[in-house]
Amino acid sequence: MTFLDGHDAVGKEFEAETQDLEGIEEVGALKILKRGLNASPELKAGVSLTALMALAVAGGKLLVPLTIKEVLDRGITTSGVNVSSVLFFSLIAMFLSIASMALGRATYYRLAKTAENVLMGLRVRTFEHLHKLSIADHVEARKGAYTARVTSDVETLTQFAQWGAIAWIINSIQILAVLVIMVVYSWHLSIVTLLVHAPLFPVLRWMQRRQLRAHDRVRSRVSDTLSVVSESIQGVDVVRSYGYRKKTRSKLHHAIGDQYKEQMVAQKYFSFVLPITDIIGVAAIASVVGAGVYWGPDWGVTSGELIAFVFLSNLLVMPISELGEVLTQTQTALAGWWKVLEVLDKEVEVKEPDQGMTLPDSPLDIKVEGVDFSYRTGGVVLDNVDIYIPAGISVAVVGETGSGKTTFAKLLTRLADPTSGRILINGEDLRKIDSNHRHRGIRMVPQDGFLFDTSVVENVRFGRNDAKRSEAEEAIDDLGLWSWVDQLPEGLETRVGERGEALSVGERQLVALARAQVADPGLLILDEATSAIDPETEQMLEATLERLAQGRTTVSIAHRISTAERSDLILVFDEGKIVEKGEHSHLVNSKGVYSKLYESWIGNTREV
Amino acid sequence: MSTDSDSERTTIKVGEDSNENGIAKRWFRLVFRSIKAHPIPHIIGISAGNLFSLVVVGFTIVLGRVTDQVIIPGLDQGGVEGRTILGGFIAIVIVGLIRGFSVMLRRFFNFTAVEKTKQTWRLGIIDNLLDAPRAHYWSRSTGELLARVDTDVETATSVLMPLAFSVSVISLILVSLISLLIIHPLFFLVALLLFPILAVLQRLFVRAVEDPARRAQALIGEVSEIAHESLDGVMVVKTIGRQKQELDRLSESSQKLREERLKIGWQRAVFSPLLYHLPNLGILVLLMVGALLVDSGAATVGETVQSMALFMILTLPVQILGFMFQEMPRSVVAMDRIDEIFSIETVQYPKEGKVEKPVDIIFDKVGFSYPAENEDHVKQIVLENFSEKITEGESVALVGSTGSGKSTLVMLMSGLIEPTSGNITLGNANVSELGPDFVSDHIATVFQETFLFALSLRENLTLDKDIPDSDIYSALKVASAYDFVSKLPQGIETIIGERGVTLSGGQRQRIAIARALLRKPSALVLDDSTSAVDPKVEAEILQNIKTETNCSLLVIAHRLATIRLAQRVIFIDDGRVSASGSHDELLKIDDYANLVSAYEDVTL
Ligand SMILES: Nc1ncnc2c1ncn2[C@@H]1O[C@H](COP(=O)(O)OP(=O)(O)O)[C@@H](O)[C@H]1O
Ligand SMILES: Nc1ncnc2c1ncn2[C@@H]1O[C@H](COP(=O)(O)OP(=O)(O)O)[C@@H](O)[C@H]1O
Ligand SMILES: [Mg+2]
Ligand SMILES: [Mg+2]
Repeated sequence: MTFLDGHDAVGKEFEAETQDLEGIEEVGALKILKRGLNASPELKAGVSLTALMALAVAGGKLLVPLTIKEVLDRGITTSGVNVSSVLFFSLIAMFLSIASMALGRATYYRLAKTAENVLMGLRVRTFEHLHKLSIADHVEARKGAYTARVTSDVETLTQFAQWGAIAWIINSIQILAVLVIMVVYSWHLSIVTLLVHAPLFPVLRWMQRRQLRAHDRVRSRVSDTLSVVSESIQGVDVVRSYGYRKKTRSKLHHAIGDQYKEQMVAQKYFSFVLPITDIIGVAAIASVVGAGVYWGPDWGVTSGELIAFVFLSNLLVMPISELGEVLTQTQTALAGWWKVLEVLDKEVEVKEPDQGMTLPDSPLDIKVEGVDFSYRTGGVVLDNVDIYIPAGISVAVVGETGSGKTTFAKLLTRLADPTSGRILINGEDLRKIDSNHRHRGIRMVPQDGFLFDTSVVENVRFGRNDAKRSEAEEAIDDLGLWSWVDQLPEGLETRVGERGEALSVGERQLVALARAQVADPGLLILDEATSAIDPETEQMLEATLERLAQGRTTVSIAHRISTAERSDLILVFDEGKIVEKGEHSHLVNSKGVYSKLYESWIGNTREV
Repeated sequence: MSTDSDSERTTIKVGEDSNENGIAKRWFRLVFRSIKAHPIPHIIGISAGNLFSLVVVGFTIVLGRVTDQVIIPGLDQGGVEGRTILGGFIAIVIVGLIRGFSVMLRRFFNFTAVEKTKQTWRLGIIDNLLDAPRAHYWSRSTGELLARVDTDVETATSVLMPLAFSVSVISLILVSLISLLIIHPLFFLVALLLFPILAVLQRLFVRAVEDPARRAQALIGEVSEIAHESLDGVMVVKTIGRQKQELDRLSESSQKLREERLKIGWQRAVFSPLLYHLPNLGILVLLMVGALLVDSGAATVGETVQSMALFMILTLPVQILGFMFQEMPRSVVAMDRIDEIFSIETVQYPKEGKVEKPVDIIFDKVGFSYPAENEDHVKQIVLENFSEKITEGESVALVGSTGSGKSTLVMLMSGLIEPTSGNITLGNANVSELGPDFVSDHIATVFQETFLFALSLRENLTLDKDIPDSDIYSALKVASAYDFVSKLPQGIETIIGERGVTLSGGQRQRIAIARALLRKPSALVLDDSTSAVDPKVEAEILQNIKTETNCSLLVIAHRLATIRLAQRVIFIDDGRVSASGSHDELLKIDDYANLVSAYEDVTL
């Protein structure tokens, strides 16, 4: 197995972001193995004992036919049969057979255990790594592809581990052992055998590269399919009520069709190139017979030896063709492994400090110093933002959609780090603060109240890692949400469905607020967190939040003028810059962006 | 299966057999379904497999001949002619070539059959999901469905891979058994013994493995579900600092999966070596029997040796069959999971729908409740006795508190779900009978949650309809989206999502509105579709819609100015129409006044 020479591109879903990674065409199977081994410490545990056992098992597999052969040679000859010797040897062989069976059992189980440990480790680590990646790496439709990494791609390895891996180990050992025995029998004939097999190496090498690349493409198609499926399921309402079902069907059919086609491309090596191993195996026997008979007398080969050698060659055909059978599975696994490793190799941008600073339980002050930010794609979203927010005040952020308000909030919660500049919380660089303290002390409530598919109360409890049920109830109490909870079919135990779909959008936001309340953060950031809640409830909540805000700094991205009016400080964003800041009464008279915004707001939300 | 004939539905019948039936029987049905769907590649593959079996037998014969006629005379009896050696050489090579050829054929056609089967079943799953009742989507998570499409299909078909080989070895078995019978009945009996033993082993194995296999397959679904949910909500996971808990959740399922798989692994570890050595043990028994028979003169040495060779041939089929047995339970339980999707009763919408003018929307005593999670859960009545009429061209605001059933009403109107009682008619046609496809010709809904596909803006806007650019641009203008779209690097060709630009919430909502406008509907429904848009822009959009289009408008909104734009307000409370009339009229109702004018109270 060697390095790849190809020029084809990797799966298209990584096109945009993989410049820093090598494509599979530059990496060979060996390199994948090497990297994979590093990524899976579980593989190394007890590996030498397992190897030894596997050796013994492979030996056992050979020993039995060899013994049978011996019995045939010695016990049953043309001159008659030596019953006692046949029985003796047969019993020995039976004993060996059974011993080898027992050993085989222990070895297989050991291998299976190692494999399962490796797979589990890999799955969990990949998942962990995905969660460590910056929010910028998690964009929309990647979900299906990322899910495929932890499921489908890891599963390819499972398949391999259950059969392929064991086949490789046992068969390689068997091939080696047969070769060794061959040399002992006749080195002349061994050379003949090797010579005939020689053309196999360049062919396999050539094929292996292409096959690996083909399988890599298959994996990419698989994640494409899963992405499209995921999208079609989650967008079902649009699909159905926009007459888009037909096209969606054809998109899905195409994705599945492409996957099929790519599989068929990948299998052509398996079908048409690999059988050459069978042909060569038999050709080797033919050559051994030919050369053995022709030059045998010169080489001192007897007929018995030649027949024995042919028998050995036959023992070589089986494992080689079995390896042929598992090669496809192997390549699939390598390609899947590679996809997983690619994720693991993705750099974590938001690095957590080793020895993080702590945050007090009190309100936090924020200093934003010369912060710029841009996403992977697109231009500058935040441009030299400088602001000081004293502890305990309430801040409203206003600005047109797309002006960078949400992005600003994301940076305050360290969902991403500024491209340049820094953010200080209580005088400490946000990047140096311990993640647990950060999660606890700084909390953002995003606009879409994503909920986990469990009960309402559990979702509220998720607000803080050690929150008790009573605290969740308390938070609901604080926010005055009991009347809402009481009308739910199962009260607090009502199951919210995937993403919270069994609740109305506004109800999800209520749960998200309660979830934040449980955390009782020193800095609370609300990103239009009440946009889908009816005015009456919202008004009630705002009053409550204000009361609760006493003990914290609050940054609200406002969608209601009243929020801005009531806050101590207003930040006006425009095209990524803070263009105005100050109190409502001050800004409203300054004839700037805010005063214009206010005019229109007033015009739109109140009766004039 | 041609993928070019695009949107043809793949219909797959579910087997009548249930889990009650034995694994072998269900396996047989699985195989049969695959063969029935793709007979040609299967048949060629199996034939090629048989050819291979013949070659294996032929090879022993050729080798025996070569030994007798080339090797022995060549080395022990003073040599043979070069021609004879060449002849032997060529004979063996020809056998090798046929062997290689048969392997090619078998692999190619077998592989084709397997991949085609996978494709067929995947398409079947997809098609059933696409036509499943909307309610079905509430009962299974996306991650779980992904597992069905992917891993379950892979696993179910894994038993088909060794199929051609396995079927073909039957001929091997027959050939060698018959030959053995001809040589000596005792040898035949020893060989025959192999099969009941094999059958018993298979049963034991399958029994031990079925349950863990079923659980493992379900756990794969669970892992997929957790992974998908967790990555779907990555933003929330990050903001609430739940990475560790999510990791624990996944670890726990993976751990369980590992345990189930290890149970299977344990059985395999017993079964595999047993299978390998079973024929060997048989040969040894045969050898001993042979020695005794030869000794007593009941058989010749030649016969013994020959029957040994025949017996050796049996090694291969036994192993191949064994491999298939090992795959059987996993495949069968995966197939059960696929059948769960196949057996969803799909909705058949009519091919034609007639909507009369005027396109009034009439709600007649509509009631609705979401299906309860299971029987001992309470069903919540969301809508009850809801009656209303929206006449063509009218603009109506639907006002109600959070969770009062507004969005549910929107879903009902668009034909996505059906009322549990009562009727909704659209231009005298029953919406439930029209189905979403025909409703979509008349009503365009902007759902509360904006959903954009990871496609170009153009595709998101047109959704596969032929729409001229000028229309697209004017719709964007009406939705106040033109300005920011034209600032995007590639304008309407910009790709959203995965590989492209991410839009902010308000931008997405405006795209969704433009998308609805492009349908040129007779009624436009906006379900809180401007919540993330600035009030100024919101007013602009609504004004534009009123002046640029003449469709009926049903708008769900909270902002007062928006509500005031409507000619009529429907106030929904407790799942019923509580009142309807102009805003000013409704203000006399306390509940309504409290709800909509909450801001004023505070700030005035
Ligand atoms: N993940 C992302 N990748 C690329 N661009 C993004 C991403 N998220 C937001 N943007 C872009 O950044 C700009 C600011 O977005 P955002 O902060 O969400 O605005 P706001 O919250 O003020 O509406 C928008 O133009 C948007 O298109
Ligand atoms: N898929 C669902 N399963 C069960 N209950 C649901 C589902 N969707 C909504 N509900 C419930 O139905 C009620 C009405 O929801 P909805 O129509 O979304 O309200 P809204 O008026 O806020 O739009 C809510 O109480 C919600 O909990
Ligand atoms: Mg925003
Ligand atoms: Mg709603």
